[in-house]
Amino acid sequence: MGQTVVEKIIAHNIGAESVKPGEIVTVDVDRVMLDDIMMPFIVDKFQEMGFDRVWDPDKVVLVYDHLVPASQQDDTRHYRVGDAFAAKHGLKNVHRSDGICHQLMMEAGYVKPGDVVFGTDSHTTTYGCVGAFSTGIGYTEMAAILGTGQLWMKVPETIRVVIDGKLPDGVMSKDIILRIIGDLGADGATYRALEFTGRTVEDMSVSSRMAMANMAIEAGAKCAAFTPDGKTAQYCGISLNEFQQGLRGDPDATYLKTVVYRAEDFRPVMACPSQVDKIRNVSELAGIPVDQVFIGSCTNGRLEDLQAAAAVLKGKRVAPFVKLIVTPASRKVYEEALECGVLQILAEAGAIITHPGCGLCCGRTGGILCDGERVVATNNRNFLGRMGTSKVEIYLASPVTAAACAAAGKITF
Amino acid sequence: MEQFTGKAWVLGDDIDTDIIIPTEYLALKTIEEMKQYGFSPLRPELAAQIGKGDILVAGKNFGCGSSREQAPEVVKALGIRCVIAKSFARIFFRNAINNGLLLIEQPDLYDDMAEGDTVAVTVNQDVEYRGKRYPIASLPENLMEIIAAGGLVKAMRRRNGLDGERGQADGTDGC
Amino acid sequence: MGMTIAEKIIARAAGVESVRAGDIHTVALDRMMSNDGTTHLTVDMYHNKLKNPRIADVKKMVFIVDHNVPSDSAKTAGSQKKMRDFARKHGIDFWEGKGVCHQIMMEHYVCPGELIFGADSHTCTYGALGAFGTGVGCTDLLYGMVTGTSWVLVPETVKFNLTGRLPEGVYPRDLMLTIIGQIGANGVNYQVMEFTGEGAKALSVNDRMVLCNLAVEAGAKTAVFEADEVALAYLRARGREPKAVFKSDADAVYAREYTFDLAKVVPVVAKPDFVDAVVPAGEVCGTRIDEAFLGSCNNGRIDDLRVGAAAMKGRKVAGHVRFLVVPASQEVYRQAMEEGLIRTFMESGAIVMNPNCSVCWGSCQGVIGENEVLISTGTRNFKGRAGHPSSKVYLGSAATVAASAVKGEICTADML
Repeated sequence: MGQTVVEKIIAHNIGAESVKPGEIVTVDVDRVMLDDIMMPFIVDKFQEMGFDRVWDPDKVVLVYDHLVPASQQDDTRHYRVGDAFAAKHGLKNVHRSDGICHQLMMEAGYVKPGDVVFGTDSHTTTYGCVGAFSTGIGYTEMAAILGTGQLWMKVPETIRVVIDGKLPDGVMSKDIILRIIGDLGADGATYRALEFTGRTVEDMSVSSRMAMANMAIEAGAKCAAFTPDGKTAQYCGISLNEFQQGLRGDPDATYLKTVVYRAEDFRPVMACPSQVDKIRNVSELAGIPVDQVFIGSCTNGRLEDLQAAAAVLKGKRVAPFVKLIVTPASRKVYEEALECGVLQILAEAGAIITHPGCGLCCGRTGGILCDGERVVATNNRNFLGRMGTSKVEIYLASPVTAAACAAAGKITF
Repeated sequence: MEQFTGKAWVLGDDIDTDIIIPTEYLALKTIEEMKQYGFSPLRPELAAQIGKGDILVAGKNFGCGSSREQAPEVVKALGIRCVIAKSFARIFFRNAINNGLLLIEQPDLYDDMAEGDTVAVTVNQDVEYRGKRYPIASLPENLMEIIAAGGLVKAMRRRNGLDGERGQADGTDGC
Repeated sequence: MGMTIAEKIIARAAGVESVRAGDIHTVALDRMMSNDGTTHLTVDMYHNKLKNPRIADVKKMVFIVDHNVPSDSAKTAGSQKKMRDFARKHGIDFWEGKGVCHQIMMEHYVCPGELIFGADSHTCTYGALGAFGTGVGCTDLLYGMVTGTSWVLVPETVKFNLTGRLPEGVYPRDLMLTIIGQIGANGVNYQVMEFTGEGAKALSVNDRMVLCNLAVEAGAKTAVFEADEVALAYLRARGREPKAVFKSDADAVYAREYTFDLAKVVPVVAKPDFVDAVVPAGEVCGTRIDEAFLGSCNNGRIDDLRVGAAAMKGRKVAGHVRFLVVPASQEVYRQAMEEGLIRTFMESGAIVMNPNCSVCWGSCQGVIGENEVLISTGTRNFKGRAGHPSSKVYLGSAATVAASAVKGEICTADML
C-alpha cells in the first residue's frame, strides 16, 4: 500500500514500515524552535512540570524575533528569561537579532528533509518546503518536548495539490497559495497535510515553496509537504540519502482528495479584509487607495521577494503620502540584498528599511496603523486588528503586487 | 455523566487567535493581566461581561491562526466553562485540551442559538437548548484523560514523580 | 554698539537696525518645523481653538514624521495620520521615514541668517549653518503658523573660544560633553552659545551640528557658528543660497567668555541621569551594558557611522548586548550603504534600523527594560529616557559606544 510524503516521514521516525491516517504515534523530535514571545511561558511550564534538564540542547533553537527591536519596556524581560534558560541548559543555537525564526530554521540548516520538527509558532508549517514534517504547538507541549524529546500525534490525512504548467508573468507562489486557501477555505485543510506536487512546483525555488508551506496553516493544515529534490539538497547543503530521495507521494497512496490546477490560470490575487480565504483578483480591486505597503515576514521577506519588489520599483518613487516598509526576513537576506544592490534600489525609491524581524506582521511595532487606514502586505494574516485597530483594512498580496501598489498609491498590478 | 448549564455568548465564524488575544498584549506577564483584552478587536466590552461558568457558542474554525496558548488560557481565565463551535482550528484545540478547557464540536446549535440564553451540557452526550437536544460526540479517551488530569502540566508532574503516581510520559495531540 | 550673530539675525527678522539683549521684538519667522511629537496637538488647536484658522505661508512650514517610525501603536499612527492629512490638505512640505527632523532640516532647508522655530528642543542644531534655530512649544508654533510671526526676548550671547585641534580618537561629542560638564546643565540658561576661534573654524558642518545640537542641554536658547566658507560650501553643494551671512562685531557684547583648548579634551562619558555628570570615560570603564545605541540628531551622521564602523570592523557585538545603529537620515543611510558601513555593522551583529529618533527618546525600538544599562550617542540621559524608570543611560562618542558594544562593558576604542 502506497504512502504520502508525511506518512513516510512519520513511519521513518517511529521505525515502522508504514503508518495510516488516524493512527496515534509517539514521535522522536529532531528539532524544536522556541521564540521570544513564548519563552517566559515555556520556561514556567517546564519548571512547573518538574523537569531539570533539556533532553538534547543541540536540538533546540531559540530565536528572538517577535520582540526585536524591543518596543516596550517589558520586552527585554523575554530576552533575559531566554538567555538564562540557554545558559542553564547549555543551548548553543541562540539567535538574538538575526531575523525571523522560520527563515533562520531554514537558512541556518537546522531542518533537513525527513525531520520531525515542532515550533511554538503556527507558521512552523514552513519547513514542509524541504520535505520535513513540521507544525506549530503551544508552550505547554513545547515544555513537555523539552523534557522528554517526544510528542504524541495523530497521523493526518493528506490533501494533494497538483500544479502543472508555467505561471504567467507577475504571478508569484504567493498568488498560488492564496488562491488555494481561497478555494479550500480557512478551515479546508484542518487537521490535514497539504502535499504540493507537479511541474510548476518542481520548477520553483525553495524560497517560493517556503511561501506556500508557510501559509498552509491559513487553510487550517497541520503541515505542508514538498518532495525534496536537487534544489532542496543544494539549499540544505547536503546530498539526499535514500530515505530523503524517496519522500514523494506513491502513485497508490491514499489521499483524502486531489485538487489540480493549471499554472496558466493563476492571476495576481489578494486576500481581502479580514479573512485569509477572501480571495479576489487584483484586477477587480484596482484603484482602491492605499496608505501603507509592507514587504517582509516569514512568508515573503526573502531575497527573491525583495528582488521582485526592486524590479518593480527601480527608477520609481513610492507615491506621495504613502509609506513602504521593507523588513528583510533575516540578517543574511539583508546582507545579500545589500550585496546585490536591491536595498539601494528600494531605499532610493523611498522605502523605510528596518532590521530583520517579524516587524509589522506580528502587530507589535513596525508600522502599526489606525482607524480608516489601508495596508497592502506580503505577510500571512489579515485578521481583524492584526496590524492596529479593527478598522484597519489589510490586503495580503505578493511582493510584486505590493511594490506596484506602493508606487501607484493604490491597488494595482 | 458530567452536567452543567451556562449563559451563552455567541460569536461568529473564524474567530481567530488575534481576536481572542491580540499580539499587542501577548507579552504581558500573566494571563490575569491579559484577560481584560480578550476578544477586544471584535467586542471590546465582552471580556468584562463574561461571568464565571458562561459558555461561548461560535461558528466554524474557532481559534484559527496562531499557536499562542495564551488564547485558550485567556478564554479559561475569563470564566468560560466550555466552547461549543461548529469546528475548531487544530492548534487551538490541542492547546485548549492541554489547559483543561473543554471544547465541544456541534454543527447545528450555533444556527439556532440566541445570545444570553441558557444551554445545558451533558458532557460526551448532548447539549439541550429550548427543549431541543443537540447530540455531541465523545472526546477520545486519551484527551478526556488529559482534561481529567487537569491539563498536560499535571500529567508531566506525575511523570516526574511530583504529584501522585508516576504516569505516562507524553504530551497529547489527537488532531 | 556692536552686535553678535544671534542679535543680527533677530534684528533682521524684526526689521530693525539693531537689537540688544533683553529687548523683546516681534519677528517674522523664516521657517517653522514640527514633528510627530506634537504636531497632532497643533493641528487640534488649529481646528478647535481658532476663530479664523489660516496659515500665513505654507512655504515656511515643514512637517517631519521621525519620532516613531515605523509606528508602534494605533495611537501613534493616529497622530501621524492627523499630521499627514493636514499637510496634504494644506500643501505643507511633508517628510515621513526619511530621517530625524533636524538632519532633514539641515540637508534640505536651513540657510544662514534665518530665524527658525521648531517644535523640538534640539532645533538649536541649525546654528551650525549660521541660522538662529530654537525650540518652541506647540502653542508658539501654532501662533507662528497662523501669523508668520512671533516674539522673542533677545538673549545674551556667551562666547566659546575654541583653540587647537582635537586629538586622534577624540570627537566633537567629547568636546561638547566636556563643555556641558564644565558649565553645567543650566550654565547658559536662555543664552546663546557662540562658537568661535581657530578651533571652531577647523570643524566641519557635521561637527558643528554636534556642538550646536547639545547646546540646549546646557540650557541655551540656541547656539551659533559664523557662516564661513565651510558652511557656504555645504550650502552650495546642496544648491541653496544664504539668506544673510553675519559676523559678530568686534565690539559686540558678550555675557561671558570661555576658552577651551581642544587638544586637552579626552574621551568622556556623561553618567546617569544628567547630561552634565561628565567624567573621563576611563572612570566608568568596566560598567556592564545591555544595549548600545549609535544614532540620533546628535551623532547619527556619516562621520559618526564611519567612526563606529571602524571600531566594529572584523569584530562582533558582545553576546549579551543589543547594538542599535540608526542613521540620522535616508541620505546618511544610503551613503553608509555606498561606503560599506552598513555591511560592516550587519556583519558585526548590530541591529540596523531605518532612520528615525529611535532609542534616543525611548520609544518604538530598542526600549530598555528594568535595571538595564545603555550607552548611547543620543542627546539625553535623563531618568527613564530610553525605557524603564530604573534603567540607566550613559552618553559617549560613537567610538566609545561602538567599542563598548564589542566589549559588553563601557570602554574606549583604544582599549579594544
